[in-house]
Amino acid sequence: MNINEMKLEFRRWNEDTVVINKRLRVLHKLKAFLFSVIKFIILLGISYIILGPIINIIANSFYSATDVYNPSVFLFPFNPTLDNYKLTFVRLDYWKTLGQSMLYIVILTIMQIIITSMAGYGFARFDFPFKRLLFGFVIVTIVLPTHTIMLPLYQHFRNWDVFGIFRAITGSKMNFLSSELPMYLMTLLGSGLRSGLFIYIFRQFFRGLPKEIEEAAFIDGAGMWYTYFRIMMPNAVPSIVTVTVFSMVWQYNDMFYVKLFSMPSKNHITFRLSTVQATIEFVDQVKDPMISQLNVYAGVILVLLPILIIYLILQKYFMEGVERSGIVG
Amino acid sequence: MKNKRMTLRQKRAITGLLFILPWFIGFLVYYLKSLIHTVQFSLSNVQIAETGGYTTKFIGLENFRFALLEHATFNQILVDSLWSILIDVPFIVFFSLFIAIMLNSKFKGRAMVRAIFFLPILLGSGAVQETLQLATENIQGGAASTVAELATSSGVNVDYFLNIFVEIGLPKQLIEYLTGVIVRIYEIVRASSVQIIIFLAALQSVPASMYEVAKIEGATTYETFWKVTFPMVSPLILTNVVYTIVDSFINSEVVTTAYDIAFTQYNYGLSSAMSLLSTIIVCTILVIVGALITRKTFYYN
Repeated sequence: MNINEMKLEFRRWNEDTVVINKRLRVLHKLKAFLFSVIKFIILLGISYIILGPIINIIANSFYSATDVYNPSVFLFPFNPTLDNYKLTFVRLDYWKTLGQSMLYIVILTIMQIIITSMAGYGFARFDFPFKRLLFGFVIVTIVLPTHTIMLPLYQHFRNWDVFGIFRAITGSKMNFLSSELPMYLMTLLGSGLRSGLFIYIFRQFFRGLPKEIEEAAFIDGAGMWYTYFRIMMPNAVPSIVTVTVFSMVWQYNDMFYVKLFSMPSKNHITFRLSTVQATIEFVDQVKDPMISQLNVYAGVILVLLPILIIYLILQKYFMEGVERSGIVG
Repeated sequence: MKNKRMTLRQKRAITGLLFILPWFIGFLVYYLKSLIHTVQFSLSNVQIAETGGYTTKFIGLENFRFALLEHATFNQILVDSLWSILIDVPFIVFFSLFIAIMLNSKFKGRAMVRAIFFLPILLGSGAVQETLQLATENIQGGAASTVAELATSSGVNVDYFLNIFVEIGLPKQLIEYLTGVIVRIYEIVRASSVQIIIFLAALQSVPASMYEVAKIEGATTYETFWKVTFPMVSPLILTNVVYTIVDSFINSEVVTTAYDIAFTQYNYGLSSAMSLLSTIIVCTILVIVGALITRKTFYYN
């Protein structure tokens, strides 16, 4: 074999690898494309399942009275109107009620996060006597159906007192019903809406973080509280955002405690929404439920929008927060 | 100054107790009292007095005996609910992990899709659902449930298409199974929306450097999933399993039955006994599941 043959052979190999590489690349691209098509189909399908009823609600909210009884109308109204929105907007007293609700849920959410993350951190990282038993109690608070604690809670806040102090001063016990105070108190003491679950989420998140960062902080002379607020909290941003989202949404959508403590409906937009149909039927003399129902649909959209926007903003913050909280393992 | 020479362990124990102190006070004030009440109710015959208030008469374990042995349906409901919880949980957890991984990868319109997957949390429960239900009940005289309202969103006659399949000669059981799954799919999506968000948060807290390393070392996507993604999200798999169990329990018929017995039949004793029984069973399941999963869970330390 002379040198020229060798060169030729070598060139052929080379071309072979080029062809193989090319083929592999095409194959890889095809695979990626197929995957994204499948992904697209699955996401589209499930999105449709979720959106189906909402599309219906949105479409209905633009119907005018003539469209309701026109059998040839499907999804797209012949006489689209914004009157439903205008009327519901007024009857909900939208901006004022929304502002009050937001204030209420923001305060509660901040309390929830501080208290439950502290408890979660305590359970995740410290050893103390009866820890397992106490955590068992957390689980009991998650599982226990809320209606079993309804009556005692009601009585508790009906005749609220701490060791008889208020009775001694004012002569009677305090009645905290018909206000938001019971909810604030409960949340501040870590017994708010689904607090147990949040403690659980935080505990699992903190357990998933490496111990090294804390130890480093501790060796550098940081106190436990400093470590918690300045080292652990920034690293727990994903969990904080998650809990914020859940806490806000559930608080916003909650009817159980609002009804139990008979909070005023002018401060809770979702509660007000549940009575808006009756209000419109009574005040505006819309006696046909088919037509007053359109206002409910408009109201649902009006109530859903703000919380959806909040979620979108938060989930954007999500990404940025995670980028910053790099843990070097 | 007796405490001056505390060991580090003691110091940490005290700090830990301080961290959980607010929760503990809340537990003592709000839950413990209610728990004691519930236990007391379950052991007695509760009579609502005409003038308000109530009287209790101790009757021992009579309520428990009645719930388990004499009540017409409680037994059946309890077993059915637990059974369906156990069947649903693995499916829901894997489904939500699957969806979360999809939503975590980059594609156009991701924020919008995430918002869509977030919607069931809003629509599935609470005030909005109650409102919609009320609105439809007003029209159809209370017979319509929300599910029926949701199903009419498409104007397609489904029965017609099903008949076509039957006439082609496909086995009826297969069609029934498939339609059963499809009918439940909204339920499943609704039941996994919270888990999807928890998993998304978990996936996003996986450091990107790990994936880089895996890529450089030549790991395939499959290997990356099982060796990097799965261990890193495993602490939250436990959270999600717990949430799924609790959520399906809270929405199960057991709880509604207990609620009805308390607030429509005013039999607080029996209702408390039922709630206690089911709570104890679910807690036991949670402890067992937790112990099993914790052994497989990866923690940094």
